[in-house]
Amino acid sequence: MAFYVVQFLTGLASAASLFLVASGLSIIFGVTRIVNFAHGAFYMIGAYVAFTLTERLSGAFGFWGAIVIAAFAVALIGVLVEMVLLRRIYHAPELFQLLATFGLTLMVEDLVVLIWGPDDLVGRRAPGFKGAIDFFGQNIPSYDLFLIVLGPVVLGILWLLFQRTRWGVLVRAATQDRDMVAALGVNQKWLFTSVFAVGVFLAALGGALQIPRDAVHHAMDLRIIVEVFVVVVIGGLGSIIGAFVAAVLVSELNAFGILIFPKISIILVFLVMAAVLIVRPWGLFGRPEAPARKTPGLTVNPWRPLTSNERLAALAALVIAATLPLFAGNYALTVGSEIAISVIFAVSLHFLMSVGGLASFGHAAYFGLGAYGVAFLAKMAGLPMIVCLLLGPLLGCMGAAVFGFFAVQLSGVYFAMLTLAFAQIVWSIAFQWVSVTGGDNGILGVWPSSWAASPSHFYWLSLGVAALVTIALRAMVFSPFGYALRATRDSLLRSEAVGINAKRIQWTAFVIAGTTAGIGGALFAYLKGSVFPDNLGISLSVDALVMVLLGGVETVSGAVIGAIVYKALNIWLVSQTDLSKLVLGGFIVLIVVVFPKGIVGMLEMLAHRRGKTSPPGSPLLAKPIESAE
Amino acid sequence: MRAKNYFVGAAFALLASGMAHSALAQDIKIGEINSYSLLPAFTEPYRKGWQLAVEEINAAGGINGKKLIVVSKDDGGKPADAQTAANELVSSEGVAMLTGTFLSNIGLAVSDFANQKKVFFLAAEPLTDAVTWSKGNKYTFRLRPSNYMQAAMLVEAASKLPAKRWATIAPNYEYGQSAVAVFKKLMSEKRPDIQWVDEQWPPQGKIDAGPVVQAVAAANPEAILNVTFGADLVKLVREGNTRGLFKGREVVSFLTGEPEYLDPLKEETPEGWIVTGYPWYSIKTPEHDAFLKAYQAKYNDYPRLGSIVGYQTIKSAAAILAKANSTDPEKLIAAAEGLSMPSPFGEITFRKIDHQSTLGAYVGKTALKDGKGVMVDSVYKKGADYLPSDAEVEKLRPKD
Repeated sequence: MAFYVVQFLTGLASAASLFLVASGLSIIFGVTRIVNFAHGAFYMIGAYVAFTLTERLSGAFGFWGAIVIAAFAVALIGVLVEMVLLRRIYHAPELFQLLATFGLTLMVEDLVVLIWGPDDLVGRRAPGFKGAIDFFGQNIPSYDLFLIVLGPVVLGILWLLFQRTRWGVLVRAATQDRDMVAALGVNQKWLFTSVFAVGVFLAALGGALQIPRDAVHHAMDLRIIVEVFVVVVIGGLGSIIGAFVAAVLVSELNAFGILIFPKISIILVFLVMAAVLIVRPWGLFGRPEAPARKTPGLTVNPWRPLTSNERLAALAALVIAATLPLFAGNYALTVGSEIAISVIFAVSLHFLMSVGGLASFGHAAYFGLGAYGVAFLAKMAGLPMIVCLLLGPLLGCMGAAVFGFFAVQLSGVYFAMLTLAFAQIVWSIAFQWVSVTGGDNGILGVWPSSWAASPSHFYWLSLGVAALVTIALRAMVFSPFGYALRATRDSLLRSEAVGINAKRIQWTAFVIAGTTAGIGGALFAYLKGSVFPDNLGISLSVDALVMVLLGGVETVSGAVIGAIVYKALNIWLVSQTDLSKLVLGGFIVLIVVVFPKGIVGMLEMLAHRRGKTSPPGSPLLAKPIESAE
Repeated sequence: MRAKNYFVGAAFALLASGMAHSALAQDIKIGEINSYSLLPAFTEPYRKGWQLAVEEINAAGGINGKKLIVVSKDDGGKPADAQTAANELVSSEGVAMLTGTFLSNIGLAVSDFANQKKVFFLAAEPLTDAVTWSKGNKYTFRLRPSNYMQAAMLVEAASKLPAKRWATIAPNYEYGQSAVAVFKKLMSEKRPDIQWVDEQWPPQGKIDAGPVVQAVAAANPEAILNVTFGADLVKLVREGNTRGLFKGREVVSFLTGEPEYLDPLKEETPEGWIVTGYPWYSIKTPEHDAFLKAYQAKYNDYPRLGSIVGYQTIKSAAAILAKANSTDPEKLIAAAEGLSMPSPFGEITFRKIDHQSTLGAYVGKTALKDGKGVMVDSVYKKGADYLPSDAEVEKLRPKD
């Protein structure tokens, strides 16, 4: 019996650590709608700064002082980031801030190694909380008890802050309806800055408090970021109490789950999230989002098919691309194939995101399923390449059909997180089912048949498929189905009023996007000759998001350019420098500031402006009025 | 401004970068790939190691008079990126062979690439047995003692312990799984009386150490096998120390004696664990002294195990290239099979039967000295003594 009590308390201690970080993320998202990918980075910087300070300052006061100072210092960095970077892009398309914070995260991962060195750092134990307390023969670390108390205390302070101060009232109001708060004349600039500072403070505090029980290292951010997102979503966005309950739920399920299934930890949080979201689409304590008040006609240049001149230009570009094998070597051709496959992957997500308004955080699942589909067919059934390429993507199609059915019942970030959960479930199956998938050692030896084996032939194949896919998806955008899909994106209520079956249209779009991604994955398997769980992983899903956002989410085919730029740059940087993350992150942040509508989005706007000589009430001017600023 | 013309731009950029490096015809290039950005704690000393080797080789006249150049690429910890890098090294850099890699899945990906493109590949670090056995191929050789060898070394010591109830803690991926599987198999062969009472599989890099320690303690084992390393090991040791998990229990642990993983523990280092590792401070052989002196003179830092691996990888590559006196992969294979050479750990041989080197490892016990973790009672175990019989190896390895 004593064992179960201690295990429960241990779970509570884990929950408290998780809650501190998650609460900050929840507050930031609730008010600013920023999907703050850099939250883990702030957590990590908090730990690093606290490590340096605790090593310098001595005594009990020094230790605790260092923790608090570190949290404040990092909060200051947060303020700086918000004022210099994020403030410029609140009016950018939804999720664009994700790109900015992703760039920051990449930079921070390299910076901490440059500043603090590559070794894992182990900090001091907390003065006064070094030992353990005996509980009927079981030991409970006293630091765990400290954390167990701290969690509810922070929850209480936040509750008081939100319920009893004017600032808290404004924050709650903004969480519920940002536009209304702006209309009432509240200075949102400072509200957002202060909220961001509080959120970052909590993240850094969470990181600093790990010093006595963890090692400080440069991958801490990735270890926590996805998990806290999941906790926030399970709890309900913007709900602090929800985040607390979710943290306790997840931690306790893990603490007791490993007693029965020791391998459960790898997937547990995602299983819980999927289950919760299917039953409660807005998380445990979340509320349905108010219907969007945006008027898309104002913000987006109306889409139109290419004019015949533009078609000729695109065709000419394709022809030029097809001549690459005449003058480029094998390496350039293989990279060309990889870029073409990235284009397929990116346009498939772009179709879902831009045309359907459904941002998936787990799109790699269908890419990877396509790749595994090919690998199964080629290695187990021994089918020829052409058959595998045609049938392999069907696995992506089936996955999309099953998961898409559940996912389209949700919207916004909840949709995104449910797709993430499904992707992680698929990933963990590929990772764990060693006898079939080979686990993380993957499936090797999936090489193309001789007709496609030479780099130039494979390049032409990839380029041809990429062109076909892009054309097909474009054609779909301007088909009746595309119009219906755009209607569901722009106004769900109105589209349903005119008799569009929104869910079915969205589900179809999800399956189309998943199948297309599967085609990319099938080619990828042959390009690399092997398939690994990585091909289904989060980092690939994030890559796809970045490519779409970089190209411009409000464009028809921006993802093509986004994919080419991002992939080419990524491959080139990784090859040229060990600090590729720093440079790539810096580049992304720069792009975000210079092209707040994405590369193609910005070019289109410039072209549009030149065409109309910037009339009054143009999209640019309309923006600040209706959005945050 | 539509779409595809960016292809051309990218193509030109790639072309230009491809032409930028053109070395002299009489140089010999080796392509090296490792997870520099993902695992700097291991790869920084590793890089220093191979750079020292390159310097020594060229100072001694290069390879049969030709200058050795190592072109190094980062794989970011992703098999797909490692293949892109391998392709660049082979197609545009024109390297004579590939070396390096740390993670098992990346080692396998590059090994499969080498097999497909008929390129010689010397795997430095990946531990999975599959590299030389179940997924072995004729183009792939490996330097470090495999999972099986390290398990066999530890079993030799562990089987002498009186403990009968064993629990295991290992990261939930191929390395952890196969380390536990081999250890259990070999251990149960020697000691049929042993019971396996619990196993914990925390996700790699994400251990929630408190509950794991409690769960293991609840099974009340007499001894524990640990396979976690890096930050997971730190968390496990800290929680285990606080909760008294290791008190009165024997612990056998993979890799923990390597300075990369032992040094961060400082005063929290648990005492008396049986570990594999690299006690650079207590190895007193002329070969190692020479290496240590050269390394410390060049870097003003002590070597980690990664330094040894990096150093010996390039030294081995150079020895193979020198003997083959050619960059033809078939001749390199012929030269490497059965080739013996000196190393800081004494003479090693690349076996003909499975292309595994006989580099060994040190087995000893952890101890705390002046607030730092060290290995004591260390004994060097020769790799050749901890491999299964030739008949067994032949059954494990597919025919070329």
